[in-house]
Amino acid sequence: MVETLPVPRSVDELQQALAARHYVADRGLAVSIFLALRLKRPLFLEGEAGVGKTEVAKTLAVALDTELIRLQCYEGLDVSHAVYEWNYSRQLLEIRLLEAAHELDRAGTAKHLFTEPFLIKRPLLRALEPTDGRPPVLLIDEIDRADEEFEGYLLELLSDFQVTIPELGPIRASDPPVVVITSNRTRDVHDALKRRCLYCWIEYPDFDKELRIVSAKVPGVSARLAEQVTAFVQELRTVELYKAAGVSETLDWAAALVALDRETIDRDTIEQTLGILLKNQEDILSVRGERLQTLLARALVRGTSSAGSA
Amino acid sequence: MSHALVPNLLLFGRVLRGAGLEVHPGRMLDALTAVEYVGIRSRQDLRATLCALLVHRREDVRLFDDAFDLFWRSHDAGEGGLPLFALGERPRVVAKRVSAADVGLEIHDVTSSDDETPRLTAGAYSDSEVLRSKDFAELTDDEVRRAEALLADMGWRLGTRRTRRWRRGTRGSVDIRHIARVSLKYGGEPIELPRRQRVEKPRPIVALCDVSGSMERYSRMLLQFLCGMVRGTARAESFLFATRLTRVTWHMSQGRAQRGMSALVRTVQDWGGGTRIGESLRAFNVHWARRVMRSEPIVLIVSDGWDRGDPELVAREMARLRRRCDRLIWLNPLLGSASYEPLTRGMLAALDHVDEFLPAHNLASLEQLAVHLFAGRVFRAGIHRAV
Repeated sequence: MVETLPVPRSVDELQQALAARHYVADRGLAVSIFLALRLKRPLFLEGEAGVGKTEVAKTLAVALDTELIRLQCYEGLDVSHAVYEWNYSRQLLEIRLLEAAHELDRAGTAKHLFTEPFLIKRPLLRALEPTDGRPPVLLIDEIDRADEEFEGYLLELLSDFQVTIPELGPIRASDPPVVVITSNRTRDVHDALKRRCLYCWIEYPDFDKELRIVSAKVPGVSARLAEQVTAFVQELRTVELYKAAGVSETLDWAAALVALDRETIDRDTIEQTLGILLKNQEDILSVRGERLQTLLARALVRGTSSAGSA
Repeated sequence: MSHALVPNLLLFGRVLRGAGLEVHPGRMLDALTAVEYVGIRSRQDLRATLCALLVHRREDVRLFDDAFDLFWRSHDAGEGGLPLFALGERPRVVAKRVSAADVGLEIHDVTSSDDETPRLTAGAYSDSEVLRSKDFAELTDDEVRRAEALLADMGWRLGTRRTRRWRRGTRGSVDIRHIARVSLKYGGEPIELPRRQRVEKPRPIVALCDVSGSMERYSRMLLQFLCGMVRGTARAESFLFATRLTRVTWHMSQGRAQRGMSALVRTVQDWGGGTRIGESLRAFNVHWARRVMRSEPIVLIVSDGWDRGDPELVAREMARLRRRCDRLIWLNPLLGSASYEPLTRGMLAALDHVDEFLPAHNLASLEQLAVHLFAGRVFRAGIHRAV
């Protein structure tokens, strides 16, 4: 018995459902997700690393109370790792066993060897399979890491939600999975793929949103620390760096400060923990010193003023 | 058949081959026979005969016509044969296909006599050689046009890069999974040993070209060169910079170069301005590198190295760029002059991080680059750092 997903009735409802799982989605993103669920179209999320693209899929799976199937992309990813593969060693073993038992008959064995028990299902196939419960959330992570050939496979899959295994025939999803594709934009993904999806660019969050994320996601963080951390990261993003700090870096940093029992941020602490926010030697060097002092001063002003108004 | 005709036809065959046409020896024999039937009274007939036999691609017809006009009209003052052989041989080494201008070339029509024996002037080869070796800054308008045609058609093959993808092959390592798969039909016995090898793909190229005031005399030709490159290779990205950086890949790949050129000038707001190499490189590293620097590309920087900015910034950004690419090649039009030494501070700072420092002042140097990229090997030409 296939259940249908409890698709939220409105964008508000979805936003609340996500918020309940500590995911703060702004309106634009929430609308995109809502439409993806409603129209049963893949959702293509693009944005800088660490803005919470992958988190959308994870949270969605929890909110919809269904399985999350994740496919991490890499260059050279092919059908045997993404879709399916026959379990050759098991097939060979089976031949030997049948031989030993003198049960080897040609036609029968050939048929027998290419049945489900000998099939290794990779993420994409698993996502299409009829399940007992609800259709899963399929996360195709960092599609930009895969090569163009793989995008080709996906086109077919995403348009029909069907794959064909020559020995078994077509396998089609009775109820298509919720597909979330993410990209860090290290290259431009082909338009043909994007055309089949709902596209959403995720920006770095503004102060208020990030503050809500930090407060929601970091256990034990005080309101004051959360504000200062957020304000500092916001300031840091105004500096031109090779790689700006993402939200995940903010969360890591806040968690680190909590672990270090800091109630406020000061210059020394930042110097010591800057490696959590910036992962680039050049960036770290360019921020250290006087510049850091300026950033901190501005952040503290902002942090306290917003605290005052709150 | 006239005794002079056979060697001339053969010579003509070589010229065509040199120009990039696939002229099979068997076809040449056919042509000789056919010419006997048709005769050589009418130029037009001769042209049609040879064209019918020696050309089998529409794109080659114009090339053939140019070569024909040149060859059967030109006249010589003596030792015409030898340079022509050289002409026939040379382009084959340079690039797979060269443009009409390469053969159609700049040979003066000095024929006025009724001498039926067609020969080529010794000046012909050297004249086109003049165009190839003439500094871009000194080209006349006419020469610019001819050189542009040459650049637009330049053969671009960038060498390959081994990808992470496998395909079945005849060489390479044994494909264990596939053996298992195939052996199923032999009852589990590994009778066949299929192999697999890595897929190779052309290496992408990223070009950053300086269009500041000091580069003005070279900009036009170098842009033409970049246009040819963007169109001639599957994965090329190009950027222009003076004081700021502009991505122009799209413009370069659109339509004709002439139209593209005016669009380019409109897009690049700081055209002909001062140079800020360091800032431009930084802008590239910060905003574009992550998007366009994939699969270990070859990076070309085209600039004379006159920079008003901070040389340390140049050095820092060059170092960063170098780490993310396969090879970093700096093309400097000034390097064509024998007396040039890279002494500007920006240039000196950059040179430490450059794999190859090459001239880019005339056609010959750009052709050399094309060959060189294809060969895919690192070699240092011109002056490397003046120690």
